[in-house]
Amino acid sequence: MTALSLTNVCKSFGPVEVLKDINLDVEDGEFVVFVGPSGCGKSTLLRVIAGLEDATSGEINIAGEQVNTTPPAKRGIAMVFQSYALYPHLTVRGNMALALKQAKVAKDEIEARVQEASRMLDLGAYLDRRPSELSGGQRQRVAIGRAIVRQPKLFLFDEPLSNLDAALRMNTRIEIANLHRQLSASMIYVTHDQTEAMTLADKIVVLRDGRVEQIGSPMELYNDPANQFVAGFLGAPSMNFLPAARVTDGDPRTLGIRPEDITLSAEGQLKGRVTHVEHLGGDTNLIVDADGLTLTVRLFGQSNVAVDETIGLGFAPEKAYYFDAEGQRVR
Amino acid sequence: MHKARTNPINLFAMHGALILYTIIALFPVFVILINSFKTRKAIFREPLALPDADTFSLIGYQTVMKQGDFFLYFQNSLIVTVASLFFVLLFGAMAAFALAEYRFKGNLWMGLYLALGIMIPIRIGTVAILEMMVATGLVNTLWALILVYTAQGLPLAVFILSEFMRQVSDDLKNAGRIDGLSEYTIFFRLVLPLVRPAMATVAVFNMIPIWNDLWFPLILAPAEETKTLTLGSQVFIGQFVTDWNAVLSALSMAILPVLILYVIFSRQLIRGITSGAVK
Ligand SMILES: Nc1ncnc2c1ncn2[C@@H]1O[C@H](COP(=O)(O)OP(=O)(O)OP(=O)(O)O)[C@@H](O)[C@H]1O
Ligand SMILES: [Mg+2]
Repeated sequence: MTALSLTNVCKSFGPVEVLKDINLDVEDGEFVVFVGPSGCGKSTLLRVIAGLEDATSGEINIAGEQVNTTPPAKRGIAMVFQSYALYPHLTVRGNMALALKQAKVAKDEIEARVQEASRMLDLGAYLDRRPSELSGGQRQRVAIGRAIVRQPKLFLFDEPLSNLDAALRMNTRIEIANLHRQLSASMIYVTHDQTEAMTLADKIVVLRDGRVEQIGSPMELYNDPANQFVAGFLGAPSMNFLPAARVTDGDPRTLGIRPEDITLSAEGQLKGRVTHVEHLGGDTNLIVDADGLTLTVRLFGQSNVAVDETIGLGFAPEKAYYFDAEGQRVR
Repeated sequence: MHKARTNPINLFAMHGALILYTIIALFPVFVILINSFKTRKAIFREPLALPDADTFSLIGYQTVMKQGDFFLYFQNSLIVTVASLFFVLLFGAMAAFALAEYRFKGNLWMGLYLALGIMIPIRIGTVAILEMMVATGLVNTLWALILVYTAQGLPLAVFILSEFMRQVSDDLKNAGRIDGLSEYTIFFRLVLPLVRPAMATVAVFNMIPIWNDLWFPLILAPAEETKTLTLGSQVFIGQFVTDWNAVLSALSMAILPVLILYVIFSRQLIRGITSGAVK
């Protein structure tokens, strides 16, 4: 069964079209990640799904039911916000229990669900504290717990990790992945961090300017991008783009090559001067200036190439992607 | 810690300035208080002297107690002030919430229209108000005053509060909506506690002019049983003779409730600022 399906969903704020003709299906138990640059409409799409904004046109179905006019609380969804949005006047227990109380769930059932969620999230010791007495990571877990206790058909996460520091972000990311496995619930997750997108997703939806650019599994998008935007957006460091004429005379297309697919070779297709070297231990990034073109090269392991050295760069022709003048992939 | 705050010279200068300001601000109150406990002669001979065994007298307070029903006036003033503040805050906050939270046609114009009242003194409409009160039979009731003061306080309240409500996190309100809270619960339980400092500010701004007003009580509710304290005290100020003892005593007693209300609101003000909000 499909947990969510969007059909031709559009959203405008006055004259500004923010979402344009979105079509999307989320299968039961699937982890879907929305990525895209800032301002592309990810949060707006999530809020339309949640019912916090009305869609201007189009149809929203959750678990087979049309919910266009259903209020948020009745849609069977739960949402985790970037700013946690915990109720400051309630304890952790109160925060988690509120939605159930509103839905008139029996008292012992509420208590059982709160206990279960706090066990999963390690919050047992904090149940009687207020949000202001918790650390950032604990608050984020409470926000997730508040979503879990509702046993929703669909979880919505809006950049839940962007207020956490790097180490905590990684831990919480793993926790969310575990949670998804344990609950086997459908989840939609918004982020503009592509590591989060690649590591968590069953399916990635790439958005740009309110339009879906491509939908697919992380590896599909990485190996087979539909256009230049998707190719450049996924993968770090991002793909190099150069006029194909630099390699083949008279070719009008744009050539894309991933930094990790470029190798050092004296008789390679390109030549350039190293302007900067980043040693990451596990691998090494070179920034190379090839006659006015800046290329990024990712070498595995450690390398002793020095700044200002002139090097030859080569790549296997089957690793190259070609794009036409509109940025569409040419196969 | 800020360096400036630990520097003793700065600390001294800061406290000195504040103490000086406090003395200047409190001086008139102080003079009223000490003179209310002196005989009439002593008030004029040495207005700044403290009352001593010779000059001490409660004659002013006795006059006030005997003259008219002082406690009734007192009670009227209190009812009018508290009720007006309550309605200003309630309706002001509700209107502000609607303006800040909901997108509807004419939202901006409605906001401007409501704010326009800040610039137009309500006293310009006195005649019309009086006619209206006569027509509705509200003359010489406390409701007449409460309604007028509520109308008078609303523009500024809406203006200030809507600005603050815009700053309350959208995520928090949306979380409430997803959890199934009604818009009223979101307003009363989530938003109002977070704008408490602004509410206290509005309350303090509105309280003093209402408490001290002479104009509307004189016009709309001059009857004996609806007289406010300010109006009641006027009997001691005559065209030819003024009973200064009584005036000063009445004023001293009038200060007290305002002071108490102020303490309550300023507590709220500080608590609101220090309580943790969203993040
Ligand atoms: N209430 C609103 N009124 C008018 N325009 C809005 C409103 N909310 C969002 N927008 C516009 O819609 C566009 C998409 O906003 P949205 O918040 O969905 O972006 P986003 O993809 O979540 O960005 P970010 O990654 O920065 O969170 C933005 O250009 C924004 O200016
Ligand atoms: Mg966003």
